[in-house]
Amino acid sequence: MNRNIKDKIVESLTGISVLLIIFIIVSILAVTIVGGWPNLNWTFLSEFPKDGMTKGGIFPAIVGTALMTIIMAIAAVPFGVITAIYLAEYASEKSVIAKTIRFAVKTLAVVPSIIFGLFGLGFFIGFIGKNIDGIFNGGELKWGQPNILWASLTMALLTLPVVIVSVEEAIRTIPKDLREASLALGATKWQTIKKVVIPGSVSGILTGTILAVSRGAGEVAPILFTGAAYFLSDLPHSLSDQFMSLGYHIYIMSTQSSNVDATLPIQFATTLVLLLLTFSLNGIAVTLRYRIRKRAR
Amino acid sequence: MESKLKRSKYKELSTAKAEISFNKKKFRFSDWFAERVIKAVAFLSIAVVIMIFIFVFREAFPIFKMDKNEAGSTELLVQESYGGAETVNEPSETTDNQVDNSNKVQATVVKPSSTLFSKTWMPVSDNPRYGILPLFLGTLKVTLIALLFAAPISILAAIYTAMFAKPRIREVIKPVIELLAGFPSVVIGFFALMVLATVFQNIFGYTSRLNGFVGGIAMGLAAIPIIYTLTEDALTAVPKTYTEASLGLGASRRQTAFYVVLPAAVPGIFAAVVLGIGRIFGETMIALMATGNAAMISMNPFDSVRTLSATIGAEMAEVVFGDTHYSVLFLIGSLLFIFTFALNAFAEFYFKNMVIRRYQSKK
Repeated sequence: MNRNIKDKIVESLTGISVLLIIFIIVSILAVTIVGGWPNLNWTFLSEFPKDGMTKGGIFPAIVGTALMTIIMAIAAVPFGVITAIYLAEYASEKSVIAKTIRFAVKTLAVVPSIIFGLFGLGFFIGFIGKNIDGIFNGGELKWGQPNILWASLTMALLTLPVVIVSVEEAIRTIPKDLREASLALGATKWQTIKKVVIPGSVSGILTGTILAVSRGAGEVAPILFTGAAYFLSDLPHSLSDQFMSLGYHIYIMSTQSSNVDATLPIQFATTLVLLLLTFSLNGIAVTLRYRIRKRAR
Repeated sequence: MESKLKRSKYKELSTAKAEISFNKKKFRFSDWFAERVIKAVAFLSIAVVIMIFIFVFREAFPIFKMDKNEAGSTELLVQESYGGAETVNEPSETTDNQVDNSNKVQATVVKPSSTLFSKTWMPVSDNPRYGILPLFLGTLKVTLIALLFAAPISILAAIYTAMFAKPRIREVIKPVIELLAGFPSVVIGFFALMVLATVFQNIFGYTSRLNGFVGGIAMGLAAIPIIYTLTEDALTAVPKTYTEASLGLGASRRQTAFYVVLPAAVPGIFAAVVLGIGRIFGETMIALMATGNAAMISMNPFDSVRTLSATIGAEMAEVVFGDTHYSVLFLIGSLLFIFTFALNAFAEFYFKNMVIRRYQSKK
C-alpha cells in the first residue's frame, strides 16, 4: 500500500514536469498570438517603419531576413552536403580523419552563437574585408565593415552542422542494394554518388536546408555586429549593404528604443511573425524527416 | 546465326572483362578529382574550428602586450548603453567609481590589462577597468539558477516520456517538447522580458524588474529541450532486458525507473546536463534581454547580473576597432569558447566511453 502511494506520487511528479514544460510552451505561444494577432495585417507586413519606428511595418526586416538566409543557404548547403557525402560515403567509421571531422561538426554545433559573431567580426570583417579594401579599393572602407554578406557567411558557419547532420542521416537511409547495383553496372564511385546517392537524398538536403534557414532566421547574436542595422530607409541593394532582421528588430525594439511602451504592438507582432516563420519551416522539415525515417524502416 | 551471336557476345564479354581488369589500374581523373574535392571540403569544418580559435585569440592577444595606458584616448564617442531597459543599480555605482577614478588618474597610470582580475567592470570611463570577475560570477549565478530549474524538470519529464507514458502519448509529448528547441532565443528573451519579469515580480516582490532569477529561468527554458532530448535518448538506450528483469522480479514501474534504468543511464544524463550547461553559458540574447545587465558582485538571485556573453553582445558594437576594450571583449569570447569546447570534448569522450564500458561489462 505504502509502495503504491509512493509510486503514484513519483509518477505524477514526472507527469507534472511534462505538463509544466507544455504549459510554458503554450503560454509563450498564447502570449505572442494574443499580443501580436490584432496588429498583424497586410500593411504591417508591407510597410517601412514610420515616425521614429513607432508606427508602420516591418517590411525591410522581412526582406533582410529572407535575403540573409538565402545567401546563408547558398553558402552553407553545398559545403554541408559535400561534408555529409564524405562522412557517409568515403570516410571509414574508424578513421581518425572522420572522427576529427565529426568532433569538429559537433563543436560547431555547441559553440555559443556570440562566438560566431566575434569570429565574423575578427575574420570576415577585420581580416578578409580589410584586406580586400586595402588591395582593391585603395584602403577605402567598403568591405571592411558590417554588411549582409559577412553576416550571412557567419550565419552559414553556424548552420553548417544542421545541414551536415540532416543530409548524412538521409544518405544513410539509401539502401545498400542501390549503390551496389550501380557499382556492379560498372559505374565508378563518383558516378554512383552523382546518380544514385545525391538524387536519393534530395529530401534530406531539403530538410537540412529548411532547418538551417529556420535556425538562421531566428538567431540574432551572430549578426549583432556583423551586419544587422537598427533602421534603414532602404532595402539592401548590394552585398556590401547592411540589412534589417526580424530577430534583431525584436531585440532592439524591446530593449533599446526610447519609448518601449508605444512600440509594444509592433514588438508583439514582429515576434509573432518570426515565430510563425520558424514554426512553419520547422513543421515542413519535421514532415520531410518523418518521411525519410519511414523509408528507412 | 545463333552461333555467331553467341560468339560475338562472348567477344563482348571477354573485352568487357579485359576492360574491367584494365579499369582497376586505369586512372580516372573525374573520380580522383571528385574525391579530392570532397575530402578537402569535408576538412572545412575542422578548419573553421581552428580558425575560430586563431581569430578570436588573435584579436584578444594585444591585451597581453599592451603596456601603454590608452585611457581617454578613444573613449570619448561612447556613451555607455546597456541592453536592459532597467539600469536602476547602475547610475549610483557609476558615479561612485568615477569619483574614485578621477583621483586615481592623477596619482597613478594604471595598465588596463592589469585590471583584468579586479572587481569592477568599467570599460567606458576616464580610467577604464576591465575586471571580468563580476561578469564571471554573474554568469555562474545565472547558469546555476537555470540549471537548478531546467535539469530536474527535463530529467523528470524524460523519465515520464521514456518509462511511464503510453506509446501513443509518447509520440505526442516528444515532438511537442522539442518544439521548444525551435523557439528562437530572442523570442524566449522577449517572453521573459514581457511576461516572466512581471509575473515573478508579483510573486517575489523584488525591486529590479530584470534580474538574474528571471534571466536564469528564461535561459533554463532554452536548455530544457537539449537536456530533455538527450536524457530521453540515454534512458531508451538502456537495454530492454534490464527493465524486463526488474519488472519480472516484482519491482514497480517507479522502482524500475529510478533504481534500474536511471542509474544505468547516468553517464548519458550527465552528458545531457553538461551540454545544457554549455548552452546556458553561451546564451546571449536571453541574457541581454532578461538579466538587467548590471555588472556587480552579489549573491542575491534577485539582483541584476551581467553575463560574459551579454557583455560581448552589448558592448562590441560600440567599441573602437583594436583598442583595449575591444581586445578584452575578445578575451571574454576566447574564455567562452574554451569553456564550451572543453565541455563538449568532455561530454563527447569521457561520457561516451563510460556508456560503452558500462554496457559491455554487464553484458
